[in-house]
Amino acid sequence: MENYLIAMAVSAGIYALMALGVNVIWGLAGMVNLGLVGFFAVGAYVSALLTLKLGLPIAVGMAAGAVVTSVVGVGVALITVRLRGDYLAIVTLGFAETIRIVASNAIWLTNGTDGISGIAGPYRSRLSPEAFNMTYLGIVVAIVAVAYMFAERLRASPFGRVLRAIRDDEQVAAVAGKHVALFKVKAFAMGAAALGLAGALYAHYTSYIAPDIFVPLLTLYIKLALLAGGLGNNRGAIVGAFAVVFLLESTRFVIPLVPGVSAVQGAALRELLIATLLIVMLRYRPRGLIPEQLPRIPVPSSTGPVTST
Amino acid sequence: MSPLLAEVTQLVVNGAMSGAILAVPAIGLTAIYAVLRFPNFALASHATIGAFAGYIANAKLGLPILPSVIVAFLAAGAVGVVSDEVVLKQFRPAGFITTAIASIALTIALENIVRFGFGNELRGYALPIERDWRFGPIRVGPQQLQNLAIAAFTMAALFCFLTFSRTGKAMRAVADNPMLASIKGINADMIGRLVNFVGMGLAGLGGMLIGLDTTIDPLTGFRSILSVFAAAVVGGLGSIPGAVIGALTVGIGEELCLLFLSPDYRSAVGFVAILLVLTLRPRGILGQRAY
Repeated sequence: MENYLIAMAVSAGIYALMALGVNVIWGLAGMVNLGLVGFFAVGAYVSALLTLKLGLPIAVGMAAGAVVTSVVGVGVALITVRLRGDYLAIVTLGFAETIRIVASNAIWLTNGTDGISGIAGPYRSRLSPEAFNMTYLGIVVAIVAVAYMFAERLRASPFGRVLRAIRDDEQVAAVAGKHVALFKVKAFAMGAAALGLAGALYAHYTSYIAPDIFVPLLTLYIKLALLAGGLGNNRGAIVGAFAVVFLLESTRFVIPLVPGVSAVQGAALRELLIATLLIVMLRYRPRGLIPEQLPRIPVPSSTGPVTST
Repeated sequence: MSPLLAEVTQLVVNGAMSGAILAVPAIGLTAIYAVLRFPNFALASHATIGAFAGYIANAKLGLPILPSVIVAFLAAGAVGVVSDEVVLKQFRPAGFITTAIASIALTIALENIVRFGFGNELRGYALPIERDWRFGPIRVGPQQLQNLAIAAFTMAALFCFLTFSRTGKAMRAVADNPMLASIKGINADMIGRLVNFVGMGLAGLGGMLIGLDTTIDPLTGFRSILSVFAAAVVGGLGSIPGAVIGALTVGIGEELCLLFLSPDYRSAVGFVAILLVLTLRPRGILGQRAY
């Protein structure tokens, strides 16, 4: 039971990291990423392959996973940055599907649909499973904490302010002299890096990755987590991630209790529930349950009333 | 004919046929985009719903293919109107990003309703087994030709509807300039419902045509959505003739890539086509503007 809870906490942490990343892309910059699971997959595969095939240390693999994903994100963003936002939606969705197709078929590299197993975990061989779980939870918590602090700084910084301006009205930001395209690409790169790092964390925790894991449903989980916590709100992103994992796990226990429902039907009901919930949240709480709190901008105190002559 | 030339011709013929089938859902997508101005990802599940409605009519009720195809169109169209009325319509004031996200959630919801009813196993239509027809070195399946005829007939009917009927003209007017259309007294709400019925109906018909070539399962629609979007983007989002040209381009491109790629990468070709078009000519072959 304890192990189960820790495992859930680890996956909630990984979701939280993804939600923080998506928060930069969607919450701050207002760009839609419907294929974030594709970026997650790139991070997972890069880190797994580098550590397994080239024998690089895990930390290097994870860093490389984040960097490569970020570069891929720059590519995706660059192609669509000057176009209407719906093209980004199409390209990101297509990207995620393409990654899945390549991962399923480039057997020489990814071992196809069988997936890659035996991915190293930090100190896995030297620790008992319980101790490994605890250690990994520690690593995830530390990384999420750093990401959270970074995201908070970003949100309060002038950079974050420009991103919000772009989100609210691109033309106004452009008129104010901001290089809109550059800001958007940077935001996308940062968000993608977090997604890639989350993927690497996932791969080294479960030691097994396969194309089936990276389904569009995962994209919905993260969107839901972000909406549950409040779009543009970093603390909310973390709370939302835990809420989504709790919801997913509780349905895992509750649905089998419904009489006359087969395993496939149970899985279908679960996905239906998640999708419906996302639709309802988007409809009634489009900015999330906890609304974004804008950082206070100090207003210089005026020295007496302005007099006009 | 040299063997290579024969192979290339065969691939082009296959590509043109699969492209013609692809054009049907691509027209649906682009028509909905032209009127309602958002990429409707729910198209995937409606293609699946059409495929399953046609399957019930054909394999369970024993209807021949042609009436089953009509059932697929009507069922997917009806679900399209209802799902838009109940779900997606509410999102339009919130902007296209929210609507697009809602549409992908909707597609997963509908797909799982189908999965709940039918499970994950692959199902096939009741089709007679027929020998391929040979034209010199080129081989063509009679079923493929029938699909081609159905797709061509559907497109011709749609073309006549849009060109000659009053409602079709009203639809084009709303797509062209919603404000002007409303001044002329065209009910945009009604047109929105109509374009959803026709667009999603075409998606359902296309889903069934795709399924006739192989098998169907709840993921039938989602698996082909990349090619459908590629067709619409290559042709120019919002342009119906563009969707046809785009679908033929993507269809033939997917086949020609078989010369040097394994068939498993087929649907990735669509993504490459999207990237190429967006880099070189973002508005697509016949589209108007993309920014």
